[in-house]
Amino acid sequence: MLESIFLFLIVAAGTSGELCVSHAMKTLGEVHDFRPSALLQFVWRAARIGWMWIGIAFMTLAFFALLAMLSMENVSFVVPITALSYAAGAIGATLFLRERISTQRWLGVLVVCIGVTLVWLSRR
Amino acid sequence: MKDSPGLHLKTYIFLLFIVLFAPLGNVLLGKGMKTIGSARDWDPQGLFHILLRILTSGYIWLGIACLLAFFIAYMLVLTWADYSYVQPASAFSYLVVAVLGLLLLGEKVNLLRWTGIAVICLGVFIVGHTHPRTTEKA
Repeated sequence: MLESIFLFLIVAAGTSGELCVSHAMKTLGEVHDFRPSALLQFVWRAARIGWMWIGIAFMTLAFFALLAMLSMENVSFVVPITALSYAAGAIGATLFLRERISTQRWLGVLVVCIGVTLVWLSRR
Repeated sequence: MKDSPGLHLKTYIFLLFIVLFAPLGNVLLGKGMKTIGSARDWDPQGLFHILLRILTSGYIWLGIACLLAFFIAYMLVLTWADYSYVQPASAFSYLVVAVLGLLLLGEKVNLLRWTGIAVICLGVFIVGHTHPRTTEKA
């Protein structure tokens, strides 16, 4: 039961965090200059976007849920089952970022979910 | 995303960083948390004790450093490739994490788990053969 709650937090909070960060990064535009000073300036600009901080808060929550889960289960179990974030990510990218997800990509997400189920069943 | 070979090469290099740093970070966190112990004890004093041990664990900080490197690579790649492309393409890390768990932590990975991970990678393979950009250029 506790594992299921942590899994939900890892997937839901983690995906929400990534979507927020992705939304923030899209407003900054593509990086062309990789010199340290330019990267530092880029990080400074990123830090001034509200969505970035909301994303970081979500990701922090997901991180501590991951740590709690890792204290109970093996890493070769915990990390693969977090692939459930694919389904959450595809849904979130469609709704929140207005990205178009093709049928082929949805099929891939479905296969990933079957794999996650097999890993979950491998626990016992 | 402009459809040029240079941009694709840059994307693949950054995806390689993502695929290596994320699993290594998770394996180090796993090692650290196994040393610290289970978080099943939920009284405030017990939680504080666990938090203190987390913050003073070398494995945890090394893991965080690897995940930070992963995060920076991830943030940079997201400035030119779409989230719904980057997330699936980075999922080969699930195979790498199982291999590292087996080799570095001595975890037992049974046939069903390998099969599940292989199926996840197959899903990734299907998703990975779609175009990086899913939205129109503004």
